Amino acid sequence: MNGASATPQVGPPLWLLAELTYRCPLQCPYCSNPLDFAHSGQELTTEQWVSVLRQGREMGAAQLGFSGGEPLVRQDLPELIAEARALGYYTNLITSGLGLTEAKVDAFAEAGLDHIQVSFQASDPELNNAVAGSRKAFEQKLAMARAVKDAGYPMVLNFVIHRHNIHQMNDIITLCERLGADYVELATCQYYGWAFINREGLMPSRAQLELAERQVNDQRQRLADAGSAMKLIFVTPDYYEERPKACMNGWGSLFLTVAPDGTALPCHSARLLPIDFPDVRSMSLREIWYDSPGFNHYRGDSWMPEPCRSCEEKTRDFGGCRCQAYLLTGNADNADPVCDKSPHHERILAARRAADHATAGLGELVYRNAGNSRLLFRG
Amino acid sequence: MKQIPRFRRGFRFQWEPAQNGYVLLYPEGMVKLNESAGAILNEVDGERDVEAIIAALQRRFPEAGDLGPDVREFLRDAGQQHWIEWL
Repeated sequence: MNGASATPQVGPPLWLLAELTYRCPLQCPYCSNPLDFAHSGQELTTEQWVSVLRQGREMGAAQLGFSGGEPLVRQDLPELIAEARALGYYTNLITSGLGLTEAKVDAFAEAGLDHIQVSFQASDPELNNAVAGSRKAFEQKLAMARAVKDAGYPMVLNFVIHRHNIHQMNDIITLCERLGADYVELATCQYYGWAFINREGLMPSRAQLELAERQVNDQRQRLADAGSAMKLIFVTPDYYEERPKACMNGWGSLFLTVAPDGTALPCHSARLLPIDFPDVRSMSLREIWYDSPGFNHYRGDSWMPEPCRSCEEKTRDFGGCRCQAYLLTGNADNADPVCDKSPHHERILAARRAADHATAGLGELVYRNAGNSRLLFRG
Repeated sequence: MKQIPRFRRGFRFQWEPAQNGYVLLYPEGMVKLNESAGAILNEVDGERDVEAIIAALQRRFPEAGDLGPDVREFLRDAGQQHWIEWL
């Protein structure tokens, strides 16, 4: 990659994320869906999704995620899976497990689904169900994790980590071993969408985080010594870093998200930015990816102000995350405040201090549901 | 090595025209393989053992000299990465 180039060579979108719907039976207060999801337009039809899948594959996309919301609420999911698999995608279903049945697990396998990722909220039913805002979620998730395993899929279990469950790290890993997981994603909340408004009630303190990191490292060592293939992926919060993440490996570089209403985005959070993003109903995916102003907005580095503009590290981290810059500074062009060269880095430091003294219980978080979405965005 | 390698379940090896190469796909991940890795994994079918794979590669690349050590080492690494497993 040539860092000095203002108009970089644009490669194909290798990853396509199909957010089939914003509908979801759970109410997790860290949901990455937009706060105003309740006002979102009509969902794409089956035919429109099939067209998106074909165009994406034609352009070179190889990894496909079906997510949401809860993708299982789409009745055409088996049809979309079959189409995607026939096109040659590696197909991932990212689900809460609610609405899943053993029959569906088998039917999806027959349609060619490669992988099902089941998300959990905690290692025990009480906390799990309190976070999910659903009384029966945990039992259902356990049953479906077992069904996924029995059907021969690789098993990926995902836990979103925050200050109310980070103390469960050892229990979570034990549960995953018992279920026979191949991969365990321990993904600390990223503060976008609902997680941003709930940040104070979700962000772990540094002490909590450091303990969890030690525990995960010890568990990794133990698993390696036992010859286990179970892999632990611990995503720590960038709020405790001094350099920003290379968000999405660069804007419009590998990832293409299509939202339920057909809006095409360079990442699933980008619709919070004051940028006009194209719609798959009125433009081809190729035009969207290569030619649309929305996707070209932050390609290259000619858009960068200082301190990024003259920074040697800009070719590595691309100035960090545009959404985070926008949420924390009001201007998405700015350096991601995670960077300690950013004049707004104090906002990150303030969030860390707040995390050391936060007292909010789970009950004080704003849960992700249509009622709260309408309250937050009273047109 | 009498052992037979096969891809671990959930791992798919395929040619990607857009990337002009072989890739290994797995849950939410993708590795772009270089030419020699692609050529070796292309012989992994869950039926032939390592020696048969080496023999097939020697036939395909007669100019390449003794491929045995490199192929054995690559497959051992691929096993440690849990891309393949041994039957």
